[in-house]
This record gives sequence, structure tokens and C-alpha cells, in this order.
Amino acid sequence: MKKSLQDIFFPFVGLALVLAFWQLIAGRSLERVRADGTSEEIRAGWIKDLPTPIDTWVKTRKYVLEPFAKREELDQGILRFTWYSLVIVGKGYFIALLIGTPLGFLLGLSKTFARMFDPLIQVLRPVSPLAWMPLGVVLFTGAGKAANDLGALFTIAICSMWPTVLNTAVGVRAVPQDYLNVAKVLKLSRTQTLFRILVPATLPYMFTGYRLSLGIAWLVIVAVEMLTGRVGIGNFLWNEYNNGLYTSIILCIITIGLVGFLLDRGMSLLERRIQGAR
Amino acid sequence: MSFLELRDISKGYGPASARMPVLREINLSIEKGEFVAIVGYSGAGKTTLINLMAGLIRPDSGSITLNDLEVVSPGPDRGIVFQNYSLLPWLTVYENIALAVDPLFPNWSAARRRQHTEQHIHMVNLTPARDKRPAELSGGMRQRVSVARALAMDPQILLLDEPLGALDALTRANLQDEIGRICQSSGKTVVLITNDPDEAILLADRILPLSAGPGATLGPSIPVDIERPRDRRALSQDPRFQAIRTQIVDWLLGAGGRPTVTVSKRLTLPDLEPEDLTLPRTLFGLRREAKRRGAERRETVTL
Repeated sequence: MKKSLQDIFFPFVGLALVLAFWQLIAGRSLERVRADGTSEEIRAGWIKDLPTPIDTWVKTRKYVLEPFAKREELDQGILRFTWYSLVIVGKGYFIALLIGTPLGFLLGLSKTFARMFDPLIQVLRPVSPLAWMPLGVVLFTGAGKAANDLGALFTIAICSMWPTVLNTAVGVRAVPQDYLNVAKVLKLSRTQTLFRILVPATLPYMFTGYRLSLGIAWLVIVAVEMLTGRVGIGNFLWNEYNNGLYTSIILCIITIGLVGFLLDRGMSLLERRIQGAR
Repeated sequence: MSFLELRDISKGYGPASARMPVLREINLSIEKGEFVAIVGYSGAGKTTLINLMAGLIRPDSGSITLNDLEVVSPGPDRGIVFQNYSLLPWLTVYENIALAVDPLFPNWSAARRRQHTEQHIHMVNLTPARDKRPAELSGGMRQRVSVARALAMDPQILLLDEPLGALDALTRANLQDEIGRICQSSGKTVVLITNDPDEAILLADRILPLSAGPGATLGPSIPVDIERPRDRRALSQDPRFQAIRTQIVDWLLGAGGRPTVTVSKRLTLPDLEPEDLTLPRTLFGLRREAKRRGAERRETVTL
């Protein structure tokens, strides 16, 4: 078998196995006829409330087949919800890069700065988005109605900036002394050294950080939307859970996964182009 | 006073308590327009010496003056060709050289800077590779870019730090001829650091052997009184070439240049009591270990 064929074939085998396992453990609806002749629907199976793959498709296809439809505020196509989420992720991520990149440079360039803030970063880094969210809303209560949105942006930014910060710092420290010697011999000014030597030399590291940050930003959005009730895919998931529509939950999970995967692929392509340019 | 003057330079590395002397009592005067080669062992401190001249590092004691001015920091008046090329991988050949030209000649018109850059690319025969990045070039081509960059700075002195050390023999021979030609035509003062006596004789007006470290120092100055242009094939038959070569090698291998390495090591002498395998392993990752009864001894050997 050819290599490319294997690359397509085996993922499908894996997918088929998972679907079969899912089908096996999922619950089924059965009709039970009571003694008085009326019937009722009951669920049977290992995990009674887990819908089967086919069930999931049948019940959620209206969201998929009309992905941009807007029927009601809470009844919209899946890609429309995704788009709402992506917009806020984009904004939060942009803020994260805007703060994280210079912070990374400072950490990488100044030993004093690194000594001062590295421990703090190591403590803040593992804090869950669920923990940041309330603080975010509190910080922006002055903004009234916008507090939720600003809190969401704050949470996305503060959770997703760490990989950018740390990778940039590592990249700056890894700049070969040779390049800096060149800068010294040419008597480049500090700004010139920064933009003509340090930034291009650090770029591959920075992009690795950017890719990881984007992944985290996308992880955070679901939690943020559940807490704030902003309309988006995470919020849709939470509402459908409260409505007992478990099929939609599965659709959301698959969509979130696919979108995250595509974002990561996109960033890797960009990353490889940056690294290929050297 | 000479053009470049090093007086009583010494330099060491490491903390004050266990300072490792690299260079000591280095005295060197170079006249304007001279081509001086410093030949020495690998690891003797040749790169340290050239970094001192470049101002990238400061000596522990002694003074370095260029044109009667003390060298305290690196600057474009001293063009360096680094051993490992030190080209910026994200820039093309043209951009690498322009990086040196543009900030150094801010008063020139853009056209003139461009022409200056192109001219130096042409000088090292790299015009066809003008828009290539270093990764696409061979080692020899990269080093030529490095030479072009150093010369494009229009330095007062050119410092070549084992420029051909990483190249294969054939490329090295070609580039030696080319560097000889370029330096001759530019009339610049050049200091070449090398570990190859033949290369030094081919290129230099004067050769100084550097003894082995630690605490390396310069040997007697050996003039190369062979007229230019020197032809590499004829040169090896020349009795003067052989005499100079013998002189350098004799000094380096003889009393003056012999490497004296003092190795001081703390040794744990082997233990005679074997590990008892019948004993159970201790819990919590504490491993059963042979008891070290062997004495520790400090031994110093001078080679």
C-alpha cells in the first residue's frame, strides 16, 4: 500500500473503531407497553443517556446542514455559534500576543527582570480559566453591560499568553552570541539590534509560542462562555446540556475539536514557513 | 608608535580564585598596511587574542591601541571575519552586507550604499548568489560573504579569525588565494589567525607563533621575505619557504611553544570491597551501593 493511501486509510479505521465502541456503549430507546395498553419510551444499554452516533446525526443535522442559519437567539447554525466564539477568541488572543511578546523579550533580555517576575509567572501560569473568569468580571464591573465581554477577553488573554511569554524568553536567550557580536562590531543601536537581530532570530520560537497560545485561547473560550452566558459554541453546549439535549453536546464537542485542530494546523503551516525561511 | 599596539596583555577566564590564564605577556606591534599571521595550537587562545583586538572582550591587564586610541569596545574600524561566518541566516547575501553598510554610512545616498554593497559582492565573486540565503551557500561561499561584509565596513584593520578553518582542503586553497588577492589589492592592515603554517607563509608579511596554552604567549617575529605574488605550487619548492616553515614548527614544538598541560584531578581510588548482592534493595529508591572505602587522592601531572 502506498504511503499516502495509508495516511488516509488508517485514520478511518481508527474512527470506525471509535464509532463502533460508541455505538456499543450508547443507550437505545425502547418502547414498552404497559399493562393498560399505553406505551412509554424507556432507555436501555450500558450508558442509558448517551445517544448513539446515528441518533446524534439525525437530531443535530439541522445545525450542521444550515450552519449559518439564525432561527432564534439560542437556535442557530453550528458555524454561526463557532464564529461568535472565534471573534472573541481572536480579540483575546491578539491582546495576549500584544502583551506576551514584549514581556517575553524583557524576560529573555534582562536577568533582573527574569529574577523578579519568573516565579510570579510560574505561579500564575497553571491557574485555570474558571478561576480567572470571576476576577475578570469583577475587574470590569465599572464597564456595566460590557463587563462580561471584557472579563472574557481578560480571561482569554491572561490564560493564553504564557506560552508566548515563555517561548519568546527562551528564544531570546538562545540567540547565538555570534549574532550579537556582529551587532556590536557594526555598532548597531539598541533599537536596531532589537529589530534587525533579536526579533528575526527569535521569530521561530515566538511562533511556537503563538501556536500554543492559540490552542489555549480556544480551550478557554468554552469555559468562559459557560460562565458568562455570551452567545457562542460553549454557551450553546451548556444550554443544550441544561435542556437535556445530549446529542447537541456531542456535536459541540466534535466542532470544538475540529476547529481547534484546524487552528493548530494553520499555525503550524505558518510556523513552518517562518522556519523554512532561514 | 605602531599602528596597532598590544602591550603586556594578559587575559584569563574563570573566577578570581581559580583563574585559568589564557594569554600572558602578549606584546605585538603591527605597522599600517602589514599582513601579520599568528600561528598557534588549537585552543591556545587565538580567538581570545583576536576578540581582544576587536574589543569584544577586555584584557585583564595591559593595553591595546589602534592609531594611538585605546581599544575599549568593538567598532567598525576593526572588521572581523569570524571563524563560523556569523552571517544572519534570515538575510540574503546582499542584505547581510547591506546590514553592515547601511548603518555605517548614513550620509551616503541610497544609490551609493547600494553600489558599495554590490561592489563588495562582486569583489568576492558572489554576484550570481546575491539573493541567496546563507543556508543555500557552501561553506566557502559563506566565508566569502563574511569577508565581503568585513571589507564593506571599510575598516582600518581586518581581523581574520581562522577564516578557513572549517573548509575542505581544496576550497581552502582557492579561498586562500582569493583572500591574498583581495587583501593585497585593498592594501589593508590584516591580522590573520590560523593553525596552518603554510597558509600563514602564503599570505603574511610576518608570522608570530603563539605557544600552547594555558598562559599562551607570542614567539619571535618571523619575517616572510618571499616576493609577491606568491604561487602556491612554486612556494613549496622554495628553500626560503621551507626555512620559515621549519622555524615556525620548531618554535611551536620546541621549548618556547610546547604545550605544558597541568592536569590536577581528584581521584577516588578503586574500592576493594565488592558490592554485596545478597542484601535486599532498600525501599524508596535508595539503592544498594558499594561502600566506598577507597581513599581520595589529589594528583597533579605536568605533561
